[in-house]
Amino acid sequence: MTDTAVKANDISVLEISGITKTFDDKVVLDGVSLTVARGQTVCLLGPSGSGKSTLLRCVNWLERPDQGTVLLCGERIGMRKGGVVPMGNAELARLRMRMGTVFQHFNLWPHLTVLQNIIEAPVHVQKRRRDEVIAEAEALLENVGLADKRDAFPSRLSGGQKQRVGIARALAMKPELLLFDEPTSALDPELVGEVIAVMKSLSQAGSTMLVVTHEMGFARETADKVVLMDGGRIVEQGDPEQFFGNPRTERARQFLQRYVSA
Amino acid sequence: MMRDFSLIWQSADRLLDGLINTVLLSLVGAALALALGALLAIPLMASNPVLRLVSRGFVDLMRCVPFLMLTYLVYYGLPRLGLRFDNWTAGLVAIVVYNTAYMAEIIRGIWSRLERETIEAAVAFGFHGWRLVSRIILPQVMLAAGPMIGNQLIQIIKDTAFLTIIAVPELTHAANSIQAQYFIPFATFITAVLMYWALCMVVEVGVYAVERIAERRR
Repeated sequence: MTDTAVKANDISVLEISGITKTFDDKVVLDGVSLTVARGQTVCLLGPSGSGKSTLLRCVNWLERPDQGTVLLCGERIGMRKGGVVPMGNAELARLRMRMGTVFQHFNLWPHLTVLQNIIEAPVHVQKRRRDEVIAEAEALLENVGLADKRDAFPSRLSGGQKQRVGIARALAMKPELLLFDEPTSALDPELVGEVIAVMKSLSQAGSTMLVVTHEMGFARETADKVVLMDGGRIVEQGDPEQFFGNPRTERARQFLQRYVSA
Repeated sequence: MMRDFSLIWQSADRLLDGLINTVLLSLVGAALALALGALLAIPLMASNPVLRLVSRGFVDLMRCVPFLMLTYLVYYGLPRLGLRFDNWTAGLVAIVVYNTAYMAEIIRGIWSRLERETIEAAVAFGFHGWRLVSRIILPQVMLAAGPMIGNQLIQIIKDTAFLTIIAVPELTHAANSIQAQYFIPFATFITAVLMYWALCMVVEVGVYAVERIAERRR
């Protein structure tokens, strides 16, 4: 490996440090720090209510953390002037448009066709040329195997198809970071595979991905790093081989017993 | 009775003029009220309490004022403040001001019941402010609002009849002047009633068409 390649790999696309978040009296995130390097796929595991989804929502500032910082390619999200002044919506939008989010319940826009869903933000938020974006969107639809659904409305698609459109919509942003919030949890078991296959190929193609998931198989085969959360804290993180084969903490062992055997 | 209707047939051009004015006032009035209502729905849904209070105040005021009273105020009252409209314009202004409140309330109601997730997804993709409202929120609202906006349009068509009291030459005004000239109230008014009914049927067909478009997206 050359020097420049090493350098490129050193750049953290996402750097989360010391995030805390409290809802009413309940501590949901308790000092979470995490980095995602360029080209890495990081899987966030943990039982329901452990704070995984909230952490993801803090990354694009849909949820405002009480403390801590989030850096996207070194740029601070949500706060400016040394973390004193909250960003306005326009400023937040400029950072958000550099990420692509895939939601558990797809959240496609029901009034737009599949193609319109994909080009909506690139054209109207990123202000890119419509004809170029359409060409890219058609290629993306081809990649996720939905070229024939171009002009269908989301309501006419199966869950698996909706989620593949959701992924294509996120990719059309040409994001520096892809966020997946339990992308297969709302799917019928037989539809999970088609979505997982798309995510695997993205990971292999070198996308930078932060994935909240209960799919242990995906995490084991695809992740560069797995992170186990419980009670708003990171309990253990490491490479998947070691995590699944020989977890260091008792909590991780318990978790794996329950989820992998199930 | 046949003689009565043949007299009306002879005055068909006056009824037709009245009908055209009723249609114009209703359509232009409803279109403006819908556009302004959509804008007014924004402060109604704002997080800023002052904006919410002021816009809510206007909506509640309009919902408590009889339309006839508002028409009097616009036509007879506003000239005192130096704002003078001709009859037709005064009628249109009254329709627009009154129905903006109703349209805003319809839109606010549907907006507040929209799935939060689709809006949040748009925010995550960098939408905010006017573009979020105009590209993501209002299109969804409008697709769901067809039947309610249709209802309001029928209400507007009926309310234009009140404008006869400020001598706007709409359908009721035309009918009234024909029956007064020939003393044939039954034939004239039943003709006008049927014309109003036909108008409302057209609205129903329009609502049905919008519903078909919305259905494909549900």
